Amino acid sequence: MKNFFDFLIRQYFFFLFLIMEVIAIIMVVQNNYYQKAGFINATNEITGRFLTTINSVSQYFSLADANRKLSEENAKLLSEAKKFRKANDTKVYHSNDTIYTQQFEFMSAKVVRNSTNKRNNYLTLDKGSKQGITKDMGVITSTGIVGIVKEVSENFSSVISVLHKDSKISAKIKKNGQLGTIEWSGGDYRYGELIDVPTHVKLLTGDTVITSGYSTSFPEGIIIGTILGYKIEKGDDFYTITIKFSTDFNSISYAYVIKNILKNELNKINKDLPND
Amino acid sequence: MINLVLRNILRMIFLVIFQVAVLNNVQLGGYINPYLYVLFILLLPFDTPKWLLLLSAFFLGLSVDLFTDTIGINTAACVFMAFCRPGVLSLIATKQEYEQGISPTVRDMGFKWFFSYSLILVFAHHIPLFFLEVFSFREFFHTLLRIGLSIVVTMFLLLISQFITYRPKK
Repeated sequence: MKNFFDFLIRQYFFFLFLIMEVIAIIMVVQNNYYQKAGFINATNEITGRFLTTINSVSQYFSLADANRKLSEENAKLLSEAKKFRKANDTKVYHSNDTIYTQQFEFMSAKVVRNSTNKRNNYLTLDKGSKQGITKDMGVITSTGIVGIVKEVSENFSSVISVLHKDSKISAKIKKNGQLGTIEWSGGDYRYGELIDVPTHVKLLTGDTVITSGYSTSFPEGIIIGTILGYKIEKGDDFYTITIKFSTDFNSISYAYVIKNILKNELNKINKDLPND
Repeated sequence: MINLVLRNILRMIFLVIFQVAVLNNVQLGGYINPYLYVLFILLLPFDTPKWLLLLSAFFLGLSVDLFTDTIGINTAACVFMAFCRPGVLSLIATKQEYEQGISPTVRDMGFKWFFSYSLILVFAHHIPLFFLEVFSFREFFHTLLRIGLSIVVTMFLLLISQFITYRPKK
């Protein structure tokens, strides 16, 4: 027994290394499993505050760009509002809208951290559970899709970017409604992949790809990007389609978080369906 | 002695802030992310106890991880790098011994020594880091490319940092 302890003490460096490495790997795996330990959420507040401070400096460099985007969006919204009013004017009958209930709410948030150069990219937003953000909400900008909320602390939320290994967004081609899945294979942050589209479908480069509305995170019709090119791998029944994201992931400063009001109802009815 | 401890702690804080505030926001073609913060492990004194070496590497990695939502990845890479350091030191030992009072810098050990010392340890850091991030060997060559490019930029920054803080011997 004494020999054994002597051995441990002589080799303590190696065993200490082993213990620490195992702890680190466990943390990696835990993190991959979507559920983080409580202490990491607590620190999220601290690091979140720090990142906000950094961001308040760095946002000055992108002010011009952010302003341009906001004004463009304002113009778009204004024209839509105008269109709406006109349509109302010409209406003869006043209808109490019972057919359409509002299903989605949008909440604006500032991006305090963002990356595009990793294999798995995340964003941090400056809104959290206090402002009503919960897990699995969709995040978009005025130019297109961004990602899905992964975790919330009191004042911050962390978002899995579309530029992530585990990101799978249900999408469809606007023109013909064909369904597929958006993935990102790493590398250039401007281009992604649309998979699972069967080869009998006719495609054209430049076709618009939008969200399908089949997930509870995104409403139907949010733009994702345009088809840049496609090919069929030998022996494959599906296209491999390269798309160009409409969102410039490298210059996101403001984003909208989407709240699906009917989410619980939808999840409940989907859960009642037999699996497979 | 206290002075030395304080200096290393300050260096650690500065490098972590510099890493998360500046370097993690550097966008070079979507492939490259330099990790200058490993300089802290490189510059720890020769006579640092081995357990302290591992422990400080652990907290260095963890503090970077907390800011990047990649819990564990930088920690694992840093601990591995710290584990490799004593071996690398004895592997590339020059005739002059690692005496007390001299530090592992270009100034005390010369450019050639520092270059091979840091290159081997940066390899020991980047390879586990990038493979843990991808967490599969499916994109093996793509990951290798990213590792190679990032090592080049990290080394470049490490050497520049050495010459910025260079003070000639008295």
